[in-house]
Amino acid sequence: MSTRAERTRVDLGLIRSWIKPQARVLDLGCGPGTLLADLATHKGCTVQGVEMDLASQVKAMARGVPVIGVDIDKQLDLFADASYDVVIMSRTLQAVRYPGVVLRHMMRIAPIAVVSMPNFGYWRNRLRLLGGHAPVSKDLPYQWHDSPNVHFGSSRDLEDLFDQIGLSILKCVALGADGHISRAPIRSRNWSAGAVVYELADQRQPLPSAGRR
Amino acid sequence: MNLEVHDATLFTAQTPLKLARGGQLGPITIHYETYGRLDSTKSNAVFVCHALTGDAHAAGWHPGQAKPGWWDSMIGPGKPVDTDTMFVICANLLGGCQGSTGPGSIDPTTQASYGLAFPILDMRDFVTVHRALVAHLGIKKLLAVVGGSLGGMQALQWALSAPQDMRNAVIIAASSRLTAQNIAFSAVAREAIMRDRGFAQGHYLEQGTSPDAGLSIARMMAHITYTSESTLGRKFGREPHKDDLVHGFGVDFAVESYLKHQADVFLDRFDALSYLYLSRVMDYFDPFARDDACRLIGADPVAVLVCSFSTDWRFSPAQSLRIVAKLERAGVPVTYREIDSGMGHDSFLMPIPPYHDVVRAFLTRAVSQIRPATSLDDLGGRS
Repeated sequence: MSTRAERTRVDLGLIRSWIKPQARVLDLGCGPGTLLADLATHKGCTVQGVEMDLASQVKAMARGVPVIGVDIDKQLDLFADASYDVVIMSRTLQAVRYPGVVLRHMMRIAPIAVVSMPNFGYWRNRLRLLGGHAPVSKDLPYQWHDSPNVHFGSSRDLEDLFDQIGLSILKCVALGADGHISRAPIRSRNWSAGAVVYELADQRQPLPSAGRR
Repeated sequence: MNLEVHDATLFTAQTPLKLARGGQLGPITIHYETYGRLDSTKSNAVFVCHALTGDAHAAGWHPGQAKPGWWDSMIGPGKPVDTDTMFVICANLLGGCQGSTGPGSIDPTTQASYGLAFPILDMRDFVTVHRALVAHLGIKKLLAVVGGSLGGMQALQWALSAPQDMRNAVIIAASSRLTAQNIAFSAVAREAIMRDRGFAQGHYLEQGTSPDAGLSIARMMAHITYTSESTLGRKFGREPHKDDLVHGFGVDFAVESYLKHQADVFLDRFDALSYLYLSRVMDYFDPFARDDACRLIGADPVAVLVCSFSTDWRFSPAQSLRIVAKLERAGVPVTYREIDSGMGHDSFLMPIPPYHDVVRAFLTRAVSQIRPATSLDDLGGRS
């Protein structure tokens, strides 16, 4: 069994491998700054975090990660159009009030967005619902009454939202219940994946030049 | 904590300060204090900029005084600005009245106090003087420049005009551009002082008068803007000053007595002309109005911490966020925190745990970045 921290590390490791060296990276909901500190140290990235939780922010600051404590739902206007190469949102989209608004902001701020979200449609979650209870799993570790999550969408729901907004999926990796990259076929992700990580671009914009890893 | 008190003549009549808005001024003597010890590479110096009515005595105790320095909760051994690891400098502002050259000083050409002949100052002049002091101390790069309120505005101006001087900047409860409401408060304070007969067109020192009523009113009103409705409510409510309300025009409510006390204490330590000159610098401050404001800091980024307080209505969180937005858009690494506090603008002087946690985390990180080089040097490892 993997701990939550380890699961997060797999997620972040994957995202890290997608980010180009020297990229300007904005992480919305950066937590204690683990990913950004790593990107700054090992990939020479220019990093900026956003995090409202004070304890997490202080931890990120101790790592030397600059973190702006503003509300992702209300204050993303702070960031200028096209001011970053990539905006990341790891396991936070389900906890914001209007995910569609946040996604549009992300595409305004950078040409590439990287988003991961727990999948409510994962088969164990479906079983738990059939058993009469709200899902609790390693990816959705909260009881229904104390969860910071306000949306319980499946991967398919999320992909429908991408489509509605006009976002193309450039990459998509499913993570299994153990937090590692799933061995199940990617097309089965809506029932086989505990969480899915996406790389997105705005369909209306020309795709960024090749060379992304 | 090693507390030292000094005076330094940084500009003379022969080598005057060239003022940002034209003209020159000299001699200029600056009164300053230091806390802690400068390390062998002179890399651990932190410059603390004081607020409108502050002074060089930021921390520690002077013999015989009832109170420690104005930011003693922040600066000292084991405190967020830790004098065990940092060397702290705090200087009385140019234009002030607590030991540095100001409008109450003697003009050597007339042998009388400058009065209103003292030049109008600019935030950039404060920075030029601070830089001269840092050079006087033989320090090439500051670990950090830290300030609250007007002190935060100095830190911002310094970071914009000479980012090469510092690794980090901490800007607390400040503004990059006073609002109309701020300027309005400032205007009433100035009017109160200048309309007082004792002001004597600024010649009150020679005439032996004093605009005490005007300065008291200015202070009482400003003091209200530094607190919050809830602070005053909690502290005083509608309590009478004595046993019962007597219903008259005298000091009857507790809050009135408190304000009167604030004014009386202020008259003993502050000069009306300094109040005019320093508050006017804040009114005109608008560094981002220049298109190239962020050119230097964008090319030589300084890590910046901006802090605001939820109930600060003098320099609200929105004003701090404007600084954050301007710097972030220039590519400066910015950390921002709005601290929950019921105490209004004065929160920046209070030991509020989350506030101190944030400043401590930022400066601890700053120290850790210079430490490897320092310890090598201390061991003679760098040859």
